[in-house]
Amino acid sequence: MTSPSLGRAAEQGLSLQQQRARAAFWFLAPMLAALFCVAAWPLLRTIYFSLTNTSLDDLYGGHFVWFYNYFHTQTLASGTVQYRGALVDPSWWNAVYNTVRFSVVSVIFETIFGMAVALMLNANFKGRGIVRAAILVPWAIPTIVSAKMWAWMLNDQYGIINDIMLNLHLIDQKIAWASSPGTAMISVLMVDIWKTTPFMALLILAGLQTVPQDIYEAAKIDGVHPVKVFWKITLPLIRPALMVAVIFRMLDALRIFDLVYVLTPNSTATKTMSVISRENMIDFAKFAYGATQSTMLFAILAIFVSLYIWLGKVNLTGEGNR
Amino acid sequence: MTAEQVFWKIAFYLFVVLVVVVSVFPFYYALVTSFATGSALFEIHYWPVSFNLSNYINAFSRSFPRSILNSLFIATTTVVFALFLAVTASYALARVRFRGRGLLLMTILGVSMFPQIAVLAGLYELVRFLGLYNSPFAMILSYTIFTLPFTVWVLTTFMRELPIEIEEAAIVDGASPWVIITQVFLPLLWPALVTTGLLAFIGAWNEFLFALTFTISEDQRTTPVAIALLSGASVQEIPWGPIMAASVVVTVPIVVLVLIFQRKIVAGLTAGGVKG
Repeated sequence: MTSPSLGRAAEQGLSLQQQRARAAFWFLAPMLAALFCVAAWPLLRTIYFSLTNTSLDDLYGGHFVWFYNYFHTQTLASGTVQYRGALVDPSWWNAVYNTVRFSVVSVIFETIFGMAVALMLNANFKGRGIVRAAILVPWAIPTIVSAKMWAWMLNDQYGIINDIMLNLHLIDQKIAWASSPGTAMISVLMVDIWKTTPFMALLILAGLQTVPQDIYEAAKIDGVHPVKVFWKITLPLIRPALMVAVIFRMLDALRIFDLVYVLTPNSTATKTMSVISRENMIDFAKFAYGATQSTMLFAILAIFVSLYIWLGKVNLTGEGNR
Repeated sequence: MTAEQVFWKIAFYLFVVLVVVVSVFPFYYALVTSFATGSALFEIHYWPVSFNLSNYINAFSRSFPRSILNSLFIATTTVVFALFLAVTASYALARVRFRGRGLLLMTILGVSMFPQIAVLAGLYELVRFLGLYNSPFAMILSYTIFTLPFTVWVLTTFMRELPIEIEEAAIVDGASPWVIITQVFLPLLWPALVTTGLLAFIGAWNEFLFALTFTISEDQRTTPVAIALLSGASVQEIPWGPIMAASVVVTVPIVVLVLIFQRKIVAGLTAGGVKG
């Protein structure tokens, strides 16, 4: 081995690396251009629209009004000063409250049920394949279809849920689940938990399967109680997978639109941030005001994700492993 | 077996049965309802009592077949477009070291978890500007926001798993990155492409917000919008029979696909999700 040949190899290696980096740029460029057009640009335009007074009928007729849509004061003829804008709009804060309540409750239940189903699927028993296929069904059904199916099952007059509950003496009269304000949120939660628990279970199951079997065997030999095994071994080991699953679900829950829109139309008890933004933007033709609310939704989500990743030290990209 | 073990075994299987029944029952009940007509529709039956296709005929006499074609066209085009862009991009992200790769991956993941409402106003303007309003291309354009990052993300995790030796051998033989992707990796990636494509297809098939906002006439609707807006002769009268028939029609193909590709779908769903 002489030094010149080594030197040439190194030189070639460098140019190869450069060649690959250049190729990588051209491979990424079309995707980045596409994402810019459908994500970055529309997002910037939405934020811009939130600072204008654009209406739906005349998208280019708006003027720049700074933060008027977010907050402004109005002096009435009587001299009293009123605060206006999305930041002091009670219906917006009602939507924020609904969304947060929905997200927190649904994610907690989905995590608990998902964990139970995942632990079940992780056990060895006859017919496991069939069970796994069965729990994929709720996940595969389109959200709109599940909303309609459940709307029918929760129907106050002809719904099967009322019939079952009456027969079991859980309730003593028929309940208008989706339409009465007291139970509308419960209906939405029920459908969402039914639909999304399988997804949670599969993510947790994948985490469970990375736990080496011999740890369990060692614990068994030492006579550790199964409940203690779960809290002291299983849970700490799948914590990273669980953290990722929870944030995916949480983000999905915070932007919920379709289920609420179809199952409980126009109910103030369930109206979420996404529903109220679209309603203002399209149905009420207050384009700029809807854009303001969607910008605020985006800001809330961005703050939430940053805090979660920062506080939970979640590694989402898997880059650290290599 | 002790009495306690027997008890736990029975409890376990009861739980299994409960999970299966709860999972499948709503779909089963929709199926039962879809075959019932007249007064039978408004009586509660736990078992199928009639086999009447009139709800299906009713659903198909509307513009529902057109909605199915719209959905098929939109979902297929979106997925093919996304996969086409994602294959080369994920090669670069999985195989080439360059500065800012982690940041780029985070951005792509961020976009895939975007609240779609945040881009609705901007996309509405773009769709209007390009003259795509009330046409399938409005959906094809807008669905890229979730199909593309998703396919890139999943294919990147799949591509990382491919052995480095194959690529090194190809480099030694003088293959360019383009040749490596098309001749070496693509044949190995077919299973991953099918899985990713299927998951993206399901996402596009089920999408509601954009399809609701960017269409106005009945013949341009996608199936979720058509089902959500299916109405009766009067406002109060909800046509539950045809709605359930249409629901069964759009759900059966998806459920069959999911059951066939069960294992692959589970792998695709969890890829990237559990790397933590």
